[in-house]
Amino acid sequence: MSLDLVDVTVAPSGGASLFAPVSASVRAGQCLCLIGPSGRGKSTLLSMIGGHLPRGLTGAGQVVLNGRSLVPLPAEARRVGLLFQDAPLFPHLSVGDNLAFGLAGHVSGRSARRAAISDALSQAGLTGFETRDPATLSGGQRVRVALMRALLAEPEAVLLDEPFSRLDVALRAEIRSFLLAHIRARGIPAVLVSHDPEDADVADHVLTLAPWGASQ
Amino acid sequence: MIWLRLLLAGGIVAPVLAGLVLTLAMALRPEASGFAVAGIATSLRLTLVTGVGATLLSVGLSVPLSLWLLPKARARAWLAPFLAVPHATLALGLAFLIAPSGWLVRLVWPLDLPPAIVTVGDPWGLSLMLGLVLKEVPFLTLVTLAAAAQHLLEAHFAAGQSLGYPRSQIWRQVVWPMLYPALRLPVFITLAFSLSVVDMALLLGPSHPPTLAVQILRLFTATDPDARFAAARLAIGLLLVTGGAVAVWRGAEVVTARLLLNRLRKGMRRVPRGAGGAAIGVSGLILGGAAVLVLALWSVARRWPFPAVLPEQMTFVGWQQLVWAQTAGETLLIGLAATVISLVLALIWLEAEDRSGSRMRGGALIVITPLLLPQISFLQGVAQGFLWLGVPAGRMAVIWAEILFVFPYVMIAITGPWRAMDAQQLAAAASLGAGPMRRFWRVKLSLMLRPLLTAAAIGFAVSCAQFLAVLLPGAGRVQTLATEAVALASGADRRLSALYGLVLALLPLLAYGLALGVPAWVHRDRRGMRGER
Repeated sequence: MSLDLVDVTVAPSGGASLFAPVSASVRAGQCLCLIGPSGRGKSTLLSMIGGHLPRGLTGAGQVVLNGRSLVPLPAEARRVGLLFQDAPLFPHLSVGDNLAFGLAGHVSGRSARRAAISDALSQAGLTGFETRDPATLSGGQRVRVALMRALLAEPEAVLLDEPFSRLDVALRAEIRSFLLAHIRARGIPAVLVSHDPEDADVADHVLTLAPWGASQ
Repeated sequence: MIWLRLLLAGGIVAPVLAGLVLTLAMALRPEASGFAVAGIATSLRLTLVTGVGATLLSVGLSVPLSLWLLPKARARAWLAPFLAVPHATLALGLAFLIAPSGWLVRLVWPLDLPPAIVTVGDPWGLSLMLGLVLKEVPFLTLVTLAAAAQHLLEAHFAAGQSLGYPRSQIWRQVVWPMLYPALRLPVFITLAFSLSVVDMALLLGPSHPPTLAVQILRLFTATDPDARFAAARLAIGLLLVTGGAVAVWRGAEVVTARLLLNRLRKGMRRVPRGAGGAAIGVSGLILGGAAVLVLALWSVARRWPFPAVLPEQMTFVGWQQLVWAQTAGETLLIGLAATVISLVLALIWLEAEDRSGSRMRGGALIVITPLLLPQISFLQGVAQGFLWLGVPAGRMAVIWAEILFVFPYVMIAITGPWRAMDAQQLAAAASLGAGPMRRFWRVKLSLMLRPLLTAAAIGFAVSCAQFLAVLLPGAGRVQTLATEAVALASGADRRLSALYGLVLALLPLLAYGLALGVPAWVHRDRRGMRGER
């Protein structure tokens, strides 16, 4: 079980890649932390792995997850979970329905699905939050719900795009250890994009994105 | 803002209310009950089936179409000209296209005689529904795309896809329902319009018996003096039918939302849907384009016997004789007057709000009411009210009546950009010593040039498309291209009616062209003023 990147680059049409080719291997339960100055394309690299590259950007290289090559697959077939900076939840659905949308389809039966959702909420320390409006959650609560929604879909890897950057410093450490503990417990590889040196300290590997043309 | 309130109350609210009250008063007269109207049950059924059916279909088709257009800025640009084509033009072109002797049949039919089938005016109202759908789908799609621009949709799509859902399913199950609250009012406008449309129903709908709205118009314009009381009674009936339809729709929304939520909770990932939106967009474009093209061909046809695919002889005599020029001039004059007055009203409103620092309460209601009521249920009353005020049936009355429908669209088009205006620019102007007047004339109007002209083009297109608002307050003394095109359609001269229908579409298209071209020319050396893209 591992996520492998081989010479991955992303370039605007007709231009040079945003960063030097990236090669890395993240094993199950491990966390790779991507650092580098803003504008270098850290989030773009995550989009490339998850299959969310915007129009006008083209990726190259190999992305292999548990032996499956991801590049030819559409985003929905990659089984790669995603957690954004603002951890946006669907604003018109309750917290419970956001999680129900995430929960894998093979969990069938109304009561089994309800149980899975309330179990996930308890694990996040949010017991009984099913009917809450996402707009009433605090930043930390929203990140935890968003992670649970991503994990309920049973992904084979998770990508985290600065999920702590909007949280205040005191909360950051708590949420960080919560996220990493859950990802380790699932035994899946994770890639974390960050500005924060403390994030790099707790990760298993750290990779600094180099500008295009620099030797790796 | 008292005086502004009075102005809007007197100019917009009072005519609508007076129109309703006068129609109601006529309906309650004893003469109304003694008048038997044949086939009224069929008329009611036709109205409900075509009105509700066309709205359901239009909403249903706009869902995949707007998903397809979401990332396509260039394809989206095709929607505006579609919206600019007046109902009468589209209906006329469609009639020439799908009639048993129409262009479509000529293209495929092997025999020398037209097939013995009924298409235009079919007893089920299918042609009418097709015409309505062709006109309403672009409207609803444009509204959907405008609502979508208010959200960071790509983040939601990425989140949904990372959970294993294809874009088409995310759109149908999550994103579109999220946008629906912003679409509700436009859907109700579509519903009210489809239930009470007259010009399209005259051109495409059945006639024995016709839809309720057409029946009401027939009775209002009948020679029997008692008929108009029966007409008023039916007009109030149509108002109640519309209210009932809106209420039922509202109930159906709740049930549908429940069903959608239950399905979403099951978490089933479906296979991506194919090119539904592309198919809808392309076929709509072909159908609408062919409708306008066939009008162009008929307008220059001297001889065009049945099985021939193209006219055997062409002539430009219809265009050269300029018989249409006077009517076009009248349409232009009325359109310009209604648009300019509406635009001035809208600017006074928005500037008054800016200066007082508060929004006018109940403003949205003033704007939207005339669009949510069936036109025929109050326009005859409006015409009568004008008479009492000393405004005789004629051009003035028509302009005032059209403002009731032009002003809402102008106001809607301009409010968003106006409120999104960069406040820092205005603060900068004020700090340079520019007072409110100078800020309004020199800064706001310049910054707003493009949205103002777009709003004007929309208003002008709405004015050109008005049919009842010309017919009833004009009392036959005012002819615009829309009323002439509809009147000529029942005659034998296909060339002339095609010509009127085409000129009717050219005027608003020209206005849209100016609304695009003038700001582009004025701002040719100002990259920051060339819009979002």
